[in-house]
Amino acid sequence: MTDLILDVKNLSMQFGGLMAVDGVSLGIGDKQIVSVIGPNGAGKTTVFNCISGFYTPTGGEVRFQGQEIQGLPDFKISRLGMVRTFQHVRLFSNMTVIENLLVAQHRHVNTNLLSGLFKTPDYKRKEKEAMDYAAYWLRKVNLLDLANRESGNLSYGQQRRLEIARCMVTKPQLLMLDEPAAGLNPNETNELDNLIVSLKEDYNVSILLIEHDMGLVMGISDIIYVINQGRPLASGTPDEIKANPQVIKAYLGES
Amino acid sequence: MVEASLYFIQQLLNGLTIGSTYALIAIGYTMVYGIIGMINFAHGEIYMIGMYVSFVAITGLMMAGITFLPVVLLLALAFSMFVSSTYGWAVERVAYRPLRGGNRLIPLISAIGMSIFLQNYVRLAQGSRDVAIPSLIEGNWSFGPADGFQATVSLMQVIIWISTVISMFALTQFIARSKTGKACRAVAEDLKMANLLGIDTNRVISVTFIIGAALAAVAGLLLGLYYGVANPFVGFIAGLKAFTAAVLGGIGSIPGAMLGGLLLGVTESMTGAYFSTEYKDVVSFGLLVLILLFRPTGLLGKPEVEKI
Amino acid sequence: MISQEKIIHGLIAAIATLVLAFPLLGVKLVTDGISPHLENADTNTIVSILVASLAVFFVQVFKDHLSSAFSAIPRPDLLSKIPRPTTTSGRDKAEKIATMLLIAFALAWPFAASRGSVDLATLVLIYVMLGLGLNIVVGLAGLLDLGYVAFYAVGAYSYALLSDYYGLSFWVCLPIAGLLAAAFGFLLGFPVLRLRGDYLAIVTLGFGEIIRIMINNLTSLTGGPNGIGNIPKPTLPAIQTEPDLALVGLEFGKRAKTEGNIPFHEYFGIAYDGSYKVIFLYLLAVLLVVFTIYVIRRLVRMPVGRAWEALREDEIACRSLGLNRTAIKLSAFTMGASFAGFAGAFFAARQGFISPESFTFIESAIILAIVVLGGMGSQFGIILAAIAMTVLPEIAREFQEYRMLLFGVMMVFMMIWRPQGLLPAKRPQLEMTHD
Repeated sequence: MTDLILDVKNLSMQFGGLMAVDGVSLGIGDKQIVSVIGPNGAGKTTVFNCISGFYTPTGGEVRFQGQEIQGLPDFKISRLGMVRTFQHVRLFSNMTVIENLLVAQHRHVNTNLLSGLFKTPDYKRKEKEAMDYAAYWLRKVNLLDLANRESGNLSYGQQRRLEIARCMVTKPQLLMLDEPAAGLNPNETNELDNLIVSLKEDYNVSILLIEHDMGLVMGISDIIYVINQGRPLASGTPDEIKANPQVIKAYLGES
Repeated sequence: MVEASLYFIQQLLNGLTIGSTYALIAIGYTMVYGIIGMINFAHGEIYMIGMYVSFVAITGLMMAGITFLPVVLLLALAFSMFVSSTYGWAVERVAYRPLRGGNRLIPLISAIGMSIFLQNYVRLAQGSRDVAIPSLIEGNWSFGPADGFQATVSLMQVIIWISTVISMFALTQFIARSKTGKACRAVAEDLKMANLLGIDTNRVISVTFIIGAALAAVAGLLLGLYYGVANPFVGFIAGLKAFTAAVLGGIGSIPGAMLGGLLLGVTESMTGAYFSTEYKDVVSFGLLVLILLFRPTGLLGKPEVEKI
Repeated sequence: MISQEKIIHGLIAAIATLVLAFPLLGVKLVTDGISPHLENADTNTIVSILVASLAVFFVQVFKDHLSSAFSAIPRPDLLSKIPRPTTTSGRDKAEKIATMLLIAFALAWPFAASRGSVDLATLVLIYVMLGLGLNIVVGLAGLLDLGYVAFYAVGAYSYALLSDYYGLSFWVCLPIAGLLAAAFGFLLGFPVLRLRGDYLAIVTLGFGEIIRIMINNLTSLTGGPNGIGNIPKPTLPAIQTEPDLALVGLEFGKRAKTEGNIPFHEYFGIAYDGSYKVIFLYLLAVLLVVFTIYVIRRLVRMPVGRAWEALREDEIACRSLGLNRTAIKLSAFTMGASFAGFAGAFFAARQGFISPESFTFIESAIILAIVVLGGMGSQFGIILAAIAMTVLPEIAREFQEYRMLLFGVMMVFMMIWRPQGLLPAKRPQLEMTHD
């Protein structure tokens, strides 16, 4: 079990009297794509918020690469190498596409004030590297031509891809995607599918995915966890999940 | 020993007196914050205007030959509440309503502008010097040894307490019972939802500003009579103090504002008595800073969950 | 066409205007003398009140007509009037040339202008510096600091006290004042910067007041309400050849006040002229402002400037990307404070006298008004706003009376009309060039 990159045990989160997440466990191995599914309001995003440090879980344990991280501030968790996207795209919409990627590399550039004021060679070199790396990822997500556009002017699908690129320039080991296919057309979903698989295959990134698009989830996931009303309902390979009567009931019961 | 405890009691009584008026002003901050989530920085000036208008009214009535004190005071109170409420209402209409729903800092800057405007408006209209009225309410009771320190309760203090209690009672009844009061609570809970349910939220917001201003006017009259002087600059510090009281009690909570006002008044009075009058304000502002840092929800406020 | 409803609205608004105006404007409470009494305002005032309420009535009734008439007038977009080369390098070049010309003019101008206007220009430059400094905090980092004047005070008192107690010269004290103000900014900022925007504003206001009250009460150190006087003016460093080669300070008085300093006119062998001092102070202020502008121009193009902007746009996204919001906000807060410190030291040196009265909340509000009017984030706008705010009251004396009143109105009006300011900042966007 030690080869798990992310190991969540018995996670729970309580708001006032409401138990939003109750005893959820999940594990992600190296180079795995793991999905969390469940009906609306099942607590999936809350699980994400707890893992990524935006909420401090009220119970349970979260280990990232063996290190306990529950209760750490969000930015520190991100720095350990797990980065997330958001259900509603959160870009710096008045900044250009390339600037979005530069901000994300804040830790990798020279932030020393004096170096910046005097434009030291090291400062210039680091800025250039950041720019090149950003360009590399823009090409990868097919946005290079739009590098100097304000990101708020991109189409929805482009914004989604930019958000993923922005995560990738931080050089994470684990990428957490919160409903990346929401609002995309079938064509774009297809591209996203390829992108996610490529991230895993070519960049050795593990991926934790919340998604409603069952086609996408079943197609790319190694393991699927189902949660319902904050509680774990089932877990297994896509085929096991498809055949699980409880899962079918939860989903059918929803509508 | 007796002397020390009498001294303490005296400070407590003084603190409760000032604290009651802080509580009255704090209601305005807390209700507005509870409903539209903005700090109405100009509220202190409404209190100052209330004080001026009540002075004007008292003087006018006296000049008109009406000297029966209860009548003078009640009429002055009614007039001052009416004028101040109009100010509260107008300020919201002019300076805040067009800004609703955006960045929190924009209405705050507008409110600061309003505060500067009102302060200077009164300064230009009435002059920047202190205006004073003779003390109208005399009489006090002293207790303690005849040859030592005596604690004193003045009739004015008693009037302040009683008026505060009556105002607070009326307010809570209004919020709990009346239709508008219920609408206020609904809007405070969820403005958008209340709007969808057909509550006229604009009206409710106006009512909130009117109530806040009316209570500030009560405080203005009471403190005006207590101190006997007013100037255009009293609103700023009083407003900050009352805001501190609101935060201390938990901003958005009406009982919190009352509790916070009394606590702050007593704290100040004790600081002045046992530590240093000069640093009285430092202690209140320090308290404000500390609460915001360590318990931004105050004593009775509800925690907010950050939505992501 | 005009509905009954509108007329009722108009009547309500008109009556409200009367209710607002009469008790305060229509009568004046006079309380000196034997018994308090009311005096009626003069006829002019009464007539104005009536006219005003009539105007309110008509505006309310014909609101729709008016607003359609107004919307026909295009909102002036000042930015589009300024020619903008499209490429970054072209824009940079044009900006550079414009800046150079402006600086050259600023340096040459005092020799042709009157002493009074040079003196006024120096005051303007102090406000420019304060505005630019506060702009880092408010405009760039999006943190509403209502206690900015505290850092100004720290700078001023640093110089006043250091020169008083230890006889340190202005040039030694200037960086110290900046550092001390920055240190205060750091210490105060550290706990408060995780607060939400509006709470942060109030807490900084509280801190500002606390510092002022402390200065007021620490009489043995700061002179309390009486302030500190006889603060030496800055000197001009020069090289002396007789009797030995040495660095000396040139003073601008008739005679040198400090041992070892030489009067300016003696050093150059020219006749004494009081205007040298004024011009020197002015040029010094220009130097400080140019330095400020340069630093800020660099900052917004640096990673920290990008981070400020990003944090202003979406704090949660920043946190998710590993940006430490406290550290980034703190950098803005500290940096802004240090410029207030420089400005404070210069202010103390220019005035020769400081007291807590110069550092009240109103001063913070004026600086904020400059930032708001100038367009949060825009350097050029802030310079214009500082000029407008300082020069107008001097030109029209009657205006002085109404200065603060108009500041207040202006702040409200700007928030409603153009919250981004007259010249909204367009942060220089970094463009990618294909190799």
